Amino acid sequence: MFDETTVNMLIEGTGATLYMTLVSTLFGYIVGLPLGIILAITDKTGIKPNVVIYKILDFIVNLTRSIPFLILLILVMPLTKLIVGQSYGSAATIVPLTIAAAPFIGRMVESSLKEVDKGVIEAAQSMGAGTFTVIWKVLLAEARTSLLVGVTIAIGTILGYSAMAGVVGGGGLGDIAIRYGYYRYETGIMIVTIVILVILVQILQGLGMMLSKKLDRRQA
Amino acid sequence: MEPIIRVENINKTFSAANGQVEAVKDISFTIEKGDIFGIIGLSGAGKSTLVRCLNLLERPNEGRVYVDGKNLMELSEKELRKERQDIGMIFQHFNLLMQRNVLDNICFPLEIAGIGRKEARKRAYELLETVGLSEKAKAYPAQLSGGQKQRVAIARVLANNPKILLCDEATSALDPQTTKSILTLLKDINHKYGITIVVITHEMAVIQEICSKVAVLDQGRLVEEGTVEELFRAPKTEEAKKLILNGKGLGVEEVDDYV
Ligand SMILES: Nc1ncnc2c1ncn2[C@@H]1O[C@H](COP(=O)(O)OP(=O)(O)O)[C@@H](O)[C@H]1O
Ligand SMILES: [Mg+2]
Repeated sequence: MFDETTVNMLIEGTGATLYMTLVSTLFGYIVGLPLGIILAITDKTGIKPNVVIYKILDFIVNLTRSIPFLILLILVMPLTKLIVGQSYGSAATIVPLTIAAAPFIGRMVESSLKEVDKGVIEAAQSMGAGTFTVIWKVLLAEARTSLLVGVTIAIGTILGYSAMAGVVGGGGLGDIAIRYGYYRYETGIMIVTIVILVILVQILQGLGMMLSKKLDRRQA
Repeated sequence: MEPIIRVENINKTFSAANGQVEAVKDISFTIEKGDIFGIIGLSGAGKSTLVRCLNLLERPNEGRVYVDGKNLMELSEKELRKERQDIGMIFQHFNLLMQRNVLDNICFPLEIAGIGRKEARKRAYELLETVGLSEKAKAYPAQLSGGQKQRVAIARVLANNPKILLCDEATSALDPQTTKSILTLLKDINHKYGITIVVITHEMAVIQEICSKVAVLDQGRLVEEGTVEELFRAPKTEEAKKLILNGKGLGVEEVDDYV
């Protein structure tokens, strides 16, 4: 159907998309996980209520989340150039992807941790557990299923964002789809990239959901 | 007998959306070592708030809480955490860690106390035997009945050899027969280890079954206090009479023998 160069390009594009997605998810969690923990514990009903910290972080998260990804991509270009040395290509796309993902991941982590039964937290405190123990052994451990579902959603979302980065030459499958499908009217290639994206999302979501189910001990 | 818990003039007020709620109003009482002390009251009387003031899960706005001679209100965060290891607590909804099996649930307080994994597991197996659940070591809480869950919670709370055991409606989610078996277990624990037990309940039958002394709570105030016998023989307040009568309707036996 396609010549060898096209096939190679599609394989490379898939690799680039996976690379951008997974690395951005990782960085997103490096920032988003602590962020989500702080949001969960400093809220009114948390274990360390702190109105000031909560309100500030809450505002920052809302602010970043309300900026459309395409705009953010362009907005942070100077920063990207500073960090990566260039403002186009796969590596460069990781910067805006991480910035877009972190607050969104923080919000999901916050909501997962808030699902943990207050009674269980109280039981741990009654045994003399401190804040760190409650976070590590109660909040994160009890919410692990929900947290993993969150990871799955995050990967799917970031994968979608990474395709959007194609508009500004971000590399990966999105880039290919736009270059060939939009600029050169090669609908065949565009459709194949879409199919690959769909399959990637399906596989990643399937794996994530399977893992989170497997690790859940709540059903009899 | 020497006192193990002494509460002096504690107040607890919550600020809710619709104004202030005075959940505990100027309450003082003493609990002696080795007693099974009941606190009874209707729903909303302030029982849970009061019992949470005994390990400062709820910090009173005013007053003093002495446990074994130490005023908990004056302790640092760290000292308080240490002290809590001597004050166990069990709950109406058991509050087990759902993602840990029975054995690891019992190991949890030992982990908090910094005890090694091997020793903790050994102790956990012993405790499972004490509560009669040895064969459930590897089961998860979701696979257990209510009574079994409460037994695990009791094993867990005994892990650190507490001096005091606080029970907040520990049998309220259980059927009468299971309630009886859990109360028997609590009585055994009190006998065997000399642990002082504080029982919070809205059911007179529970008080009658295991308590030696009782305090009646009504709208945040302690309105009556004495031995269980005294309360049944000659209740002084309307609230106490009402609670005894309520209990009768719910199948408290032998009330007539007292009244
Ligand atoms: N965290 C809280 N915030 C606001 N009000 C509370 C809180 N906890 C308890 N209360 C109120 O205090 C009163 C006593 O509650 P509680 O101690 O739970 O009673 P009981 O355990 O006897 O049913 C109730 O009116 C309840 O609504
Ligand atoms: Mg209550």
